[in-house]
Amino acid sequence: MGKPRETVMARVLEVRAENPRVKTVYLDFAAKAAPGQFVMAWIPGEGEKPFSVSFCGGARIGLTVAAIGPFSRKLQELKPGGVLGIRGPFGKGFKLKEGKAAVVGGGCGSAPLGFLVEELRRAGSEVVFVNGAKTKSELLFAARANAAGARVIVCTDDGSEGRKGFATDALAELLESEKIDCVYTCGPEVMMKKVAGLCAQNCVDCQASLERFMKCGFGVCGQCAVDGMLVCRDGPVFPLSRLARLREFGSARRDACGSVDA
Amino acid sequence: MVELGAQLAGVELRNPLVLASGVLGVSAGTIERAAESGAGAVTLKSIGPKPRAGHPNPTVLEWGCGLINAVGLSNPGMEAGAREVEEAVRRVKVPVIASVFAGDAEGFAAVAETVAAAKPALLELNLSCPNVMGEHGVPFAYEPGSAAAVVGAVKARVRGIPLVAKLSPNTHLLSGVARAVEGAGADAINMGNTLGPGMIISLEARRPVLANKAGGVSGPAVRPVAVRCVWDVFEAVKIPIIGTGGVSSGRDALEFVMAGAACVGVGSAVAWGGPAVFRRIAGEMRAWMEANGVSSVKELVGAAHG
Ligand SMILES: Cc1cc2nc3c(=O)[nH]c(=O)nc-3n(C[C@H](O)[C@H](O)[C@H](O)COP(=O)(O)OP(=O)(O)OC[C@H]3O[C@@H](n4cnc5c(N)ncnc54)[C@H](O)[C@@H]3O)c2cc1C
Ligand SMILES: Cc1cc2nc3c(=O)[nH]c(=O)nc-3n(C[C@H](O)[C@H](O)[C@H](O)COP(=O)(O)O)c2cc1C
Ligand code: FES
Repeated sequence: MGKPRETVMARVLEVRAENPRVKTVYLDFAAKAAPGQFVMAWIPGEGEKPFSVSFCGGARIGLTVAAIGPFSRKLQELKPGGVLGIRGPFGKGFKLKEGKAAVVGGGCGSAPLGFLVEELRRAGSEVVFVNGAKTKSELLFAARANAAGARVIVCTDDGSEGRKGFATDALAELLESEKIDCVYTCGPEVMMKKVAGLCAQNCVDCQASLERFMKCGFGVCGQCAVDGMLVCRDGPVFPLSRLARLREFGSARRDACGSVDA
Repeated sequence: MVELGAQLAGVELRNPLVLASGVLGVSAGTIERAAESGAGAVTLKSIGPKPRAGHPNPTVLEWGCGLINAVGLSNPGMEAGAREVEEAVRRVKVPVIASVFAGDAEGFAAVAETVAAAKPALLELNLSCPNVMGEHGVPFAYEPGSAAAVVGAVKARVRGIPLVAKLSPNTHLLSGVARAVEGAGADAINMGNTLGPGMIISLEARRPVLANKAGGVSGPAVRPVAVRCVWDVFEAVKIPIIGTGGVSSGRDALEFVMAGAACVGVGSAVAWGGPAVFRRIAGEMRAWMEANGVSSVKELVGAAHG
């Protein structure tokens, strides 16, 4: 059976604002996680939801949380000394490929990508980080990627910083002008679908991190299925070879009932 | 040559391993994967009258000796559910079992009729979910009269599809319940659902971890109880049994067969081995049979009863 992945109450060490909507909660939780892996975070009485590991090392992990609904707001209200239930890490993270990398993040989808950029740099890859958001204040981890030695291309929908337009437009130009060996992406699924399409056209390898409604997190309940794949266990990160065969990628997802919202 | 083929109420299975309801089976895609990974038959998650989100998270947890869950019968409702069954029947190459539940016998009959139109190989009546007692009261399978009433109501409305009554280990009236569902027309028994309900408390949080507080216990911890239940049911009835509860190896599966199971359900083991557990368990059964000179699983059904 292996070691059970029971819920551990981890102490909150620090809460840091990343931008007006996003905070990182640092926890006293020793784990070996790869970028793209996630944990289930439990607030007693409030619920339990999946969050990507955004920092990992020295017996602590960070979860970078966007304020969306009641649960994420409660997470952001945690104070140092408080506790959060954690089980995991679960799933398969990004596989670091040799060569030149393009990392494409949209909005709070960049949560796991600062960590990924650091790991790619540590492995010796040249990295271009395409950081897209609706507006300047929603950019995430551009400075962190820059500090790790990545070249950063900022795109905002409203042109308030960097180039005006979508991250996918910047990627399309990048793929035309430079030789990229692998594209890594996380963000809205429409964006990732487009990224995967661009990569397929240009014969460039790609990995995308998907999100689906989760219950168990370890491959039993079937709730997070995309076709026959379980996002929690087979993913959340999938390679292009798999994405290209997933009918529901970019088109359908299930809610808590298991009803399909196409 | 070792023969793993099994038969369940007239339905032929290439091996006796059945994907248990509620595990993976939210969609046609996931049960197709279980079938491609070696399952002999596959069961979809239980379908009820209306869309249901089930209990809030945390709903499924791993603990030292198994799992505990209070998913709470989340499902997309019988119309969408029947469409999923239809797609599964079209795509999946092994027999598809549809599982249904409702709050009363008439509700069961209505859901069963709707789902039966999608032509599953077998229809399983979930008489035994321990996770909705607040709403549905004590599970039907705890008591012979209520279990028989549901089976009878469904039997009157559904023709041509064998019915499997899924029973519960949580009753002191098990033999009576088994005889009652057989008498009411059940074609097979799945023995059975989760044990309990049980509870896991986090010391540091000083709270039960499941949002529903209590949940059904499954996995290796429940196996001895489930084996004894199969034994009792085998003594009580003639209809075939799917033995379910804590199977994670070929030896576990054969233990159920010797207790009286014609087929063996596998659920929680997927947590540790992934969908690939089916191929591994079937291989281990085959190896044991070869080493012990047994040519067909059918020879071993009930062998421990002497
Ligand atoms: C693998 C994975 C990694 C994630 N990583 C991050 C992260 O690093 N940072 C971050 O801010 N968010 C992340 N999320 C999203 C996060 O789990 C929550 O969905 C989000 O915080 C909104 O929750 P809420 O209760 O605040 O909002 P709500 O308004 O209650 O929910 C908004 C939407 O969130 C989704 N959702 C709700 N519950 C779940 C659930 N149990 N599983 C999956 N989706 C759910 C639904 O689509 C829902 O409509 C991740 C999700 C997944 C699947
Ligand atoms: C997460 C989970 C969800 C389940 N959902 C259902 C369900 O919807 N209907 C049902 O009849 N049984 C359900 N069960 C019970 C299983 O089908 C099975 O009877 C039980 O888990 C014992 O087998 P196991 O130890 O191999 O898991 C569920 C079990 C688990 C772990
Ligand atoms: S969340 Fe349960 S299988 Fe993925």
